[in-house]
Amino acid sequence: MLDVANGHTTRHRPTAGGVVVSWPDPAAAPASGWPHRHLLDVDQLTRDQLEECLDLAVEMRERRLRRETLDLLRGEVVGLAFCEPSTRTRVSFELAAEALGAQVVELPIDVSSVTKGESLVDTLRTLERTGVTTVILRHSMSGAPYLAARSVPVRIVNAGDGSHAHPTQALLDALTLRDALGSLDGRKIAIVGDIGHSRVARSNLHALTALGASVWLAGPPAWVRGFETWPGVTVADQLEDALADADAVMTLRIQLEREAGGGVPSLREYTARWGLDADRLAVAQTGAPVLHPGPTNEGVEITADLAASERSLIGAQVVNGVAMRMAVLALLAQ
Amino acid sequence: MSSFGSLGDPAATFVLTGARVIDPSADADAVRDLAVVDGLLVDPATVPSDAPRLDGTGLVVGPGLCDLHVHLREPGMERAETVESGARAAAHGGFTTICAMPNTDPPLDEPARVAMVLDRARNRACRVRVIAAATRGREGERITEIGELAGMGIAGVSDDGSVVASARVARGLLAYLSPLGLPLIEHAEDPALSAGSVMRAGETATRLGLAGWPASAELSIVERDIALADETRGWVHFTHLSTEGGLNAIRRARERGVRVTCDVTPHHLALTDAWVAGWRGFAWEEPQGVAADPFGAPLDAALAYDPACRVNPPLSSRAEALALLAGVADGSIDAIATDHAPHPRERKGVEFGAAAPGMIGLETALSLGLSAVDAGRLELGRLLAALSTRPAALIGEARSLAVGSLADLVVFDPAARWRVDASALASASSNTPLLGMELPGVVRMTVAGGRITYRDGLDAIG
Repeated sequence: MLDVANGHTTRHRPTAGGVVVSWPDPAAAPASGWPHRHLLDVDQLTRDQLEECLDLAVEMRERRLRRETLDLLRGEVVGLAFCEPSTRTRVSFELAAEALGAQVVELPIDVSSVTKGESLVDTLRTLERTGVTTVILRHSMSGAPYLAARSVPVRIVNAGDGSHAHPTQALLDALTLRDALGSLDGRKIAIVGDIGHSRVARSNLHALTALGASVWLAGPPAWVRGFETWPGVTVADQLEDALADADAVMTLRIQLEREAGGGVPSLREYTARWGLDADRLAVAQTGAPVLHPGPTNEGVEITADLAASERSLIGAQVVNGVAMRMAVLALLAQ
Repeated sequence: MSSFGSLGDPAATFVLTGARVIDPSADADAVRDLAVVDGLLVDPATVPSDAPRLDGTGLVVGPGLCDLHVHLREPGMERAETVESGARAAAHGGFTTICAMPNTDPPLDEPARVAMVLDRARNRACRVRVIAAATRGREGERITEIGELAGMGIAGVSDDGSVVASARVARGLLAYLSPLGLPLIEHAEDPALSAGSVMRAGETATRLGLAGWPASAELSIVERDIALADETRGWVHFTHLSTEGGLNAIRRARERGVRVTCDVTPHHLALTDAWVAGWRGFAWEEPQGVAADPFGAPLDAALAYDPACRVNPPLSSRAEALALLAGVADGSIDAIATDHAPHPRERKGVEFGAAAPGMIGLETALSLGLSAVDAGRLELGRLLAALSTRPAALIGEARSLAVGSLADLVVFDPAARWRVDASALASASSNTPLLGMELPGVVRMTVAGGRITYRDGLDAIG
């Protein structure tokens, strides 16, 4: 069947509702049905499924560059439930859902009431009855998407929960790294900063180790302790050990209020001991790329020069963010 | 068919034949007939021939269970539990005495409020003792009128839910309590170390991205209070002990003569922090899935972050749970106390970190203990002592199955299994992660003060 208007070939694919969806390139389509209803964390994905996400995101990225319009989510209503302030993740999901033909609604969630523990479930139930089929959930409390997934009959995509997980960020980071390094197998990736409070780091530990990389962590002791027994992960006492021969380095946003919790004496001392700059990176592999989930505190966890240098993949991460979220939404909608 | 009675009922008369009678107070364990006439245990040979005869074959009789730590939520949170519903839950669980904690709303921090609860406790399905607040408003500053409260028969004082944070106030309490023979019942948790935490620190907390309180938060208070009890010759009782370090500190203190006792909850013996990640095996079972591989195994979306598993003190590691179980087995832990903490649905059906801490325990305590017995981790006699004679002794109550004693006992079928469903529970709440599980041990009859307070089948024969 030919979709004349868009010039795309389409094919019938089995979906829950028997809906016909257009699919630009059968070769890029998953061979079998995607087994997951939700994306709560990357821990639920096998290595093959991780690769499938990455491959489909590459496909989506190319389609987007060609400004093609897809209608994989036609008839779907995607609700953005951001119970915590966020700009880039929210916009990225919004663009992704719209690029797939979904109707996007922003759910009116009062951040202050959610943080007081008022009923997330009640809010989501109401929205489900109004026709929302997929909820993109950002929440300040670890595990909130699990509560949502077992309480409300909609698809849940975790857009970041507390300190726990940020699966789409990890997937886009893995894609960015795979683009830069070819493969993650046997690679040494260093992650620097407040690992303990970082949902980005946790999801990356799952994704990167599953894809064959070894991950080294460095940062103030209170922020890296506890990860020593995570398979495939090494906690470095010295930043230099983590960076030595690293194939890539990821640094995390420092929450400026965290110094009060006793993790570091001051931001100045943090920067002096763990801030990334070109000199420190000299021990890494030549040209080893640098990633940051953004937004950066330039001059704190990374120098502005390094963030803007050729080694920085921060821009690629943003581009991959939309493509990866398109891939995830497309897979879940099967 | 099960039914409840009360302490206001007429005294019971019956003969139970062929049951295994375990009496820790006499170190006795034998299959024999047991007779009750007008509420008193008598020689079966002297019983009138028309007394109802009950077939006890295959059943176990033990002394009535005694719980040092329950929350009855009255006054202030009657939707979660009342004295009446809590007493029924107790009778269903085989308990004949329960001690109500004072962290109600308002708290039980003055004689009139204690009197009100004691009044509501009259003629229920279980004896209800009151533990009074240690400080006014549970604010940790001015101590309550303990002398007058002692005259009302309180079982001790506690600011449970919080520690007595000020060492100076704790020292004053221990000194003031010392001549009254009552314990300061301490919730050992250093708030500076536990602030913001929702589970126990460890691999599971790291995996889940949940703030964890370190074991040192308990140990630092245990060590502090031992030093204070030593100096004041006071009696400190640590409730819901949850760490091996705390237990070892108590063992050492006892060796040098400090008056220190402790209890542990059934859930800290049987459940582990891996339950928060969705594991549903007991501490003594071989860990699998996320319990064996806390970082790598995928989380089960249906069970991970279950707010029913949020308790305070938090569930401990498997190693700590087994160490605590060993402490019950060797007698260094005085009692098993449930910390029965009912909560209405709206306080539990929320995000893990927003959920009220606590789980109910009165109706599952015996079954969890029997699970440990079945697993070979605990002798049945030790279990019954930790659930009955030993806690009863701490609050001045006798428990004996000897002829001449007031009948105060539990009859249960150790082999029968039951399913923990909300409909099977007498508690007004059902917040327990055990819902849906099948557990061994069905209570057939509870007799408190010579009255049948609960009965399930066990009809008269012949």
